[in-house]
Amino acid sequence: MRHIPGMSTGALRGWFLVHKWTSIVCTAFLLMLCVTGLPLIFHDEIDGLAEHHPAYARGGVASAGNDPRLKTLDEMLAKALAARPGEVPLFMAFDNDRPLMTVTTGPSPEAPEEKMTVQLWDRSTGEAVGEEEPKGVMYVLLKLHTDMFLGLPGMLFLGAMGLLFTAAIVSGVVLYAPFMRKLPFGTVRAGRSARVRWLDYHNLLGAVTIAWAAVVGVTGVINTLATPIVQVWQTSELAQMTRAYAGQPALPPAQYGSLDKAMATARAALPGANPQFIAFPGGAYSSKHHYAVFLQGATPITERLLTPALIDARTGALTDARPMPWYAQALLISQPLHFGDYGGLPLKILWAVLDAFTVVVLGSGLYLWLGKGPSTSGRVREIETGAVLEGAAK
Amino acid sequence: MKSAPHGRRSLWAVFAAPIAIAMASLTGLVVALTGDGVRDAVAWAGLGVPVAITAWALSARRR
Repeated sequence: MRHIPGMSTGALRGWFLVHKWTSIVCTAFLLMLCVTGLPLIFHDEIDGLAEHHPAYARGGVASAGNDPRLKTLDEMLAKALAARPGEVPLFMAFDNDRPLMTVTTGPSPEAPEEKMTVQLWDRSTGEAVGEEEPKGVMYVLLKLHTDMFLGLPGMLFLGAMGLLFTAAIVSGVVLYAPFMRKLPFGTVRAGRSARVRWLDYHNLLGAVTIAWAAVVGVTGVINTLATPIVQVWQTSELAQMTRAYAGQPALPPAQYGSLDKAMATARAALPGANPQFIAFPGGAYSSKHHYAVFLQGATPITERLLTPALIDARTGALTDARPMPWYAQALLISQPLHFGDYGGLPLKILWAVLDAFTVVVLGSGLYLWLGKGPSTSGRVREIETGAVLEGAAK
Repeated sequence: MKSAPHGRRSLWAVFAAPIAIAMASLTGLVVALTGDGVRDAVAWAGLGVPVAITAWALSARRR
């Protein structure tokens, strides 16, 4: 009765090696992601503390609405452009709770992110609230967390680490079965050797965090694919929607028409929806001739799913409006599930605790690998027996 | 565990608790997406399960 029914020692050894090697490769990066991710969970609260505009924290008219007290979009855009002479508009984004809105400008319609400037405006008073401070500690943490300052390759690399982490979770579940055969769930043999104690912590915390870690891991991988996902959408679906304009030269910014007219067209095309942001012509989120008004639904679920209305930027007429395809919706749903910012402060605190548990799982795994321990065969035997024999032999 | 010192639990027995915890966690993760208020509270309860069970195990199952 040495081995588990259905799994030979050879198969167990295979799973052990999968667990070992996938973990060895990804652990250092996962630890970095857990540590940088912890403060990012609370970025709203931390930004709120650092913000110098407590009056804007809550209340007032939502900039995403069409309350008559709000300034027109054309007026807001003109003010933002006056603050950045010579630049062109790239994005305009709205808030569902506050009068705040952002206007992103750059030297040209296809300006890269580093050249963009984000201005914060109050749409109820028409006053500037300032430029978003992009180079703080939180910015550094966010860059480390998303691409380690390496751009798309860094992002995709972290995605690959996330895939290895997923493989480590799956192989860990397989190894959990033989290890726990003789042990009641949750056993922590604190009186045994450090190795047995940490094996137990590793198994307990690994077992309770499986679902959370798998969801945050997989949605993190999907988030690393954001750039290719948007590119695929732009070159397939968006190209199809704006087919009639293919081959025409890019619309020069001087010929951009009224934003308010475009917004009215978009609202008429999708009644009840509110704008999340407008992408200007020439960027990654639109064609070279359209204002892409990204509208969100009014219910909690549809609020996360965006439908772009493509408005001819010169005439203000509707070209097409279609919900984002499934792969883009998957990305939109993955964002809250990865960030943990969708269920109030208690959810964020639970997110932080589970993040800390994951750090212990990673750290104990590292200890079990690096620490003095048996050979591979001995380790496989340790898993097969739940390390129950070690104590008996002592 | 009582009769045979090397008694083995069935696969089902081994995974019953982790599966229950995973189901509670997933319910919490998904429910909070669908709305606020009560749904947020359900999410806190669901995602609180792995944390509470860990606290329990660290005291009750320590030996």
